[in-house]
Amino acid sequence: MQKSLLINSDKCTGCLQCEMACSYENYGTFNLSLSRIKVFDFHSAGRKVPYTCTQCDEAWCMHACPVDAIKTDAATGAKVVFENTCVGCKVCTIACPFGTVNYVASTGKVQKCDLCGGDPACALACPTAAITYVDAGWTGLERMKQWAAKTDNQPRA
Amino acid sequence: MSWAGKILRVNLTKGSCTPEPLNMEWARAYIGQRGLATKYLCAEVDAKVDPLSPANKIIWATGPLTGTMASTGGRYSVITKGPLTGAIACSNSGGYWGAELKMAGWDMIIFEGKSPKPVYLYVENDSAQLLDAGWLWGKSVWETEPALRTKHQDPQVRVSSIGRAGETGCLYAAVVNDLHRAAGRSGVGTVMGSKNLKAIAVRGTKGVSNIRDFKEFMKATTAAKKVLADHPVTGQGLPKYGTQVLMNVINEIGALPTRNHHDVQFEGAKNISGEAMHEPRKTDGKPNLVTNQACFGCTIACGRVSKIDETHFTVKTRPEYWGASGGLEYEAAWALGAANGVNDLEALTYANFVCNEQGMDPISFGATVGAVMELYEMGVLKKEQLGIEAPFGSAQALAYFAEVTVKGEGFGKEIAQGSKRLTAKYGHPDLSMSVKGQEFPAYDSRGIQGMGLTYATSNRGACHLRSYTVASEVLGIPVKTDPLATEGKAALVKAFQDATAIFDSAGICLFTSFAWTLADVQPQLAAACLPEFTLEELGVIGERIWNLERDFNNRAGFTNKDDTLPKRLLTEPAKTGPAKGKVNGLDKMLPEYYELRGWDKTGQLKPETRARLKL
Repeated sequence: MQKSLLINSDKCTGCLQCEMACSYENYGTFNLSLSRIKVFDFHSAGRKVPYTCTQCDEAWCMHACPVDAIKTDAATGAKVVFENTCVGCKVCTIACPFGTVNYVASTGKVQKCDLCGGDPACALACPTAAITYVDAGWTGLERMKQWAAKTDNQPRA
Repeated sequence: MSWAGKILRVNLTKGSCTPEPLNMEWARAYIGQRGLATKYLCAEVDAKVDPLSPANKIIWATGPLTGTMASTGGRYSVITKGPLTGAIACSNSGGYWGAELKMAGWDMIIFEGKSPKPVYLYVENDSAQLLDAGWLWGKSVWETEPALRTKHQDPQVRVSSIGRAGETGCLYAAVVNDLHRAAGRSGVGTVMGSKNLKAIAVRGTKGVSNIRDFKEFMKATTAAKKVLADHPVTGQGLPKYGTQVLMNVINEIGALPTRNHHDVQFEGAKNISGEAMHEPRKTDGKPNLVTNQACFGCTIACGRVSKIDETHFTVKTRPEYWGASGGLEYEAAWALGAANGVNDLEALTYANFVCNEQGMDPISFGATVGAVMELYEMGVLKKEQLGIEAPFGSAQALAYFAEVTVKGEGFGKEIAQGSKRLTAKYGHPDLSMSVKGQEFPAYDSRGIQGMGLTYATSNRGACHLRSYTVASEVLGIPVKTDPLATEGKAALVKAFQDATAIFDSAGICLFTSFAWTLADVQPQLAAACLPEFTLEELGVIGERIWNLERDFNNRAGFTNKDDTLPKRLLTEPAKTGPAKGKVNGLDKMLPEYYELRGWDKTGQLKPETRARLKL
């Protein structure tokens, strides 16, 4: 079963454990500036919103790459940057409509979420389940259930 | 090793920024943050220095766990000699600023001297420069933070700054970061302002890479996070109600100081409680509370984010206060509410917003207003000089006083001096509910006896964050003790004081201690820093830090005579509730406490205590 990250910003407290876990998983260091997931603070609305790559099927970044450095991981569906091939041209960062591919000055390559090979560290680190890793075909399951409970949850007579 | 190993020394008189290596010998002996910065301050500043003179220094300090994946590992403290008390001042803040400084590669920043004109410090990783802040002077914290991000074209800059209160010399001005997280007490913001230092803007992209044993550290922090999640206080009570979970509880046990400690129970407690913040308002059908919020790395998330009713008299014509921002924590709700007999939740939220916006401690402010209202009711202070009628319970007076005090206008200039100076000026010094010049927080020591000793001996003046025996006396953490008994409280207070010093020096939040003991902190510190940080060693270090602070205060001129409480708490019995008829039994606890501390009768460290703690 293919899975995908499901983000529910209602549950996000803004603790940034996800960002720290991401940098630790990928670089072995605690460094917010290296995180591939970012939490945005819409302060006056009282909202914190985690945001990262949605792993587009027809990924703009992948199509834009002139050296084929972004490939699909068959197991996870993640679009993965192959650092040895990447030349740091940054065209993918322009192509991505969501801004989730970014250049890393210290390596001279781009980086994006690769779902940690199928066990995303951000989801594991999130203390409130604002970030979960679920069946890619059923990301709406929990929301469906909530509405079903709202509209039709009376005990049978 | 987890320390960045590098500190920044900024001489404001000369305008110089100089990096220097961290004194590792001191780091081993004092850990970081509160303990380590106090060591630097004690070594470099004459304890008798005028707090607002250029000779005083002020330090922003992180701990070794700041900027790591330890839960709540984002704390920093501001350490200086405080202008409100003349004692050591050490105020702790969360938010994201501390982690940013650590990720820029610095353990602490020491400011010395005084700048000839307003400046701010801009730190971008290794680079640090003092820049002109003339254009920022007069601006609020809420204006300063976005202004600096715009100026440096970097939306990820974090800012620690003062507002108008710190500029105009309010003696309890706070240092604020991330809009509403504050190093709140003792006037650390006043010292910042006295040096013409407006803000510290930081961007750090270096990260924290020098954890001693990453694998061990991840294991220890994961286990410790589970302890927090599984505990009823840190796992459920605090996220849902914040510290405001306490309002009804403390009122119930008759320890909610009301109307300048005249009463110990407040009939309006339920209207300003954590529960009330969840209730839909009659006016707009929305609750005061919008959501809870975490500081950096925190898996508890006790922070309150509130929105004021747009039709409320305080903000009706001012849309700038209509957005969500930092809501009421328990101490602020008490100081702005019960201490003044005000039960209007929206008015308290507004006064709290103003305190955050302009960098002012809501505890000392609210408690001082309590004294003003008592003096007004006695006829000592009149409407003409106050600018408003100010009986207990007046939300209008509270809101008005907040506005004039942060700006240092009119009678606000006198409120900004704190209750000790204000009540003395008007001939009623006994009405200042303070110790060493700092106002009490939200626990009446007639109803919680151990807090009397806590307040009397706190190194930064009256404070609940130096030994929170409420945990034991009310909540039964780690063991339940009788709040009305004095027996055993000397040892309890000492144990809490020493342990707290470790939490405050490690870079983590004291609120973890509802669930964690030092045995939960120790594996995290040892894995991050040194295997030598054993449980036993941490016990010694905690005691060492406490005595270091005490010794500074002694050298500043404090003696046993200052370890006392206002007459009201020692002679006027509680009128209602479980503590009815009780005063605080400080005299039954203090001599035993000195004995346990290894101090002589005047409160000085005995030579053998000094030797044992290597002071």
